[in-house]
Amino acid sequence: MASNQADIGPFGERSLTELVNQEHEIIGIPSRTREMALKAGLALMLMLAMAFIALPVVALFLKSPLDTTLRSLHDPVVIDALRLSLTTSTITTITVVIMGTPIAYVSARFQYFGKELADSLIDLPVIMPPAVAGIALLVAFGRMGIVGHYLNGLGISIAFTTLAVIMAQVFVSSPFYIRQARTSFEDVDMAFENAARTLGASRVYTFFHVIIPIAMNGLISGAIMAFARSLGEFGATIMFAGNFQGRTQTMPLAIYTAMQGDLDVSLCLAIILVAFSFMVIFLVKTLTRRRVHKNAGN
Amino acid sequence: MLEIDIRKRLRDFSLEVKLSVARSEILMLVGDNGCGKTTLLNIVAGLQDPDAGRIALDGRLIYDSVLKTSTPAEARNIGYVFQSYALFPHMSVYDNVAFGLRTRSYSKNEIGLLVKDYLEAAGLWEIRKAKAVDVSGGQKQRIAMARALIIEPDLLLLDEPLSALDVRRQAQMRKELRETIHACNVPCIIVTHDLRDVACIGDRACLLEKGKIALKGCAEDVMSWGACLPQVEKSKSQDAPNDFGEAGAT
Repeated sequence: MASNQADIGPFGERSLTELVNQEHEIIGIPSRTREMALKAGLALMLMLAMAFIALPVVALFLKSPLDTTLRSLHDPVVIDALRLSLTTSTITTITVVIMGTPIAYVSARFQYFGKELADSLIDLPVIMPPAVAGIALLVAFGRMGIVGHYLNGLGISIAFTTLAVIMAQVFVSSPFYIRQARTSFEDVDMAFENAARTLGASRVYTFFHVIIPIAMNGLISGAIMAFARSLGEFGATIMFAGNFQGRTQTMPLAIYTAMQGDLDVSLCLAIILVAFSFMVIFLVKTLTRRRVHKNAGN
Repeated sequence: MLEIDIRKRLRDFSLEVKLSVARSEILMLVGDNGCGKTTLLNIVAGLQDPDAGRIALDGRLIYDSVLKTSTPAEARNIGYVFQSYALFPHMSVYDNVAFGLRTRSYSKNEIGLLVKDYLEAAGLWEIRKAKAVDVSGGQKQRIAMARALIIEPDLLLLDEPLSALDVRRQAQMRKELRETIHACNVPCIIVTHDLRDVACIGDRACLLEKGKIALKGCAEDVMSWGACLPQVEKSKSQDAPNDFGEAGAT
């Protein structure tokens, strides 16, 4: 006690050495060793996890030399699959944005009877296995389906067409956009809407000039996620639209088909999809980071 | 003149208010958190509906439960300064102030002239291109005021307009705010917690307690309400030894 008092300075301060020594006494060498072991263990786990994800991606590139990949790019199967995938995914994303934006806004802002049920229904395709989604679409819109039966009578056939590919993609990817858009709309302070209305803006004007621009980054992130999900869609498409080159054979389906014959084509398509996936993650991260910074600035 | 006689059931109590505000008069609405002050402003602005009652502005009926009429918020022509100012974060200072004119379909030339006038008067012309989120608290307050005033409103509603400012800036803004509001020559209701706001800005004051007007009086009388507002008095006494030369005013 006496020595402690002697170490305290005239203004009650302690020397740095004294504090360090005291800390060593409290922590002790065995504790420091334990801490280092813990850090080493965590680092090892992180490296293993990274290796588990990186190894298959790296293997893709190693197994497919650049010249083979470039040559495969001219293969009609690759060209057709790439064109179809990009076209259908773009149409799907536009459809999902047009259809999903008002739904997300209503879900974020209004309470109504059956809202819980409606929200659960919107989220359902996320947890529903894609193959089940494909069968569900088939029994609804297929030639013998409950709606398709009537459409067929009018001479309209949906199943096994490019439209079926788009419908399958919309079905599985719409929740990715709607969930993100809903969160973005919820984040828009009601005061902005109220301020716009007191300044003479109608609800529609407010929606397009105030709410949408404020929520824009989130909406773009959601649209990118929906586009990526559409691009990778396999199960629902093969069940509902089939696997016809140039008509319904998207990139994932072409990879699956090529695996049974020309592995180079399969690898080429896989590499293109990996590159797209990287771009999507990069875009989403950049946009999300910008939004966080903007909010922090507020 | 603004005439209010409304009732609305809130979660814990009923909001029952009957009051009037004359042209060019500043009514200060004082009360604890959750006593219904902001709800009252929202009802007058048309952002919330009362259960029953009547609101008239310059003889124009903007809400009447018996006649089942309710003018929508966008058609009431009321200037509302929100507590957080609610400046649109994606717009510049210029676009924020011009917003109310654009919704009224003014021509580009008219908008340019009017916005320049208001921004210059508020000392904001130099920062017109800055994003509204990137300016200081005092500037935000003036932008919000300019945005509310440029539409030439028939009524002004200000929800704690000084609460987001530091104490030194509040002192500067009180006089400025009073002069600006009086120059508009419209009725005005200001919600506040701070008795210094009441004394320095208001002409008349109402104390709202659990949705009902407990006390009414002229702004000079508010100091005698101290006992009714223990929280306000407490915060005031903590601020009392200030160096803003306001001790006499409070």
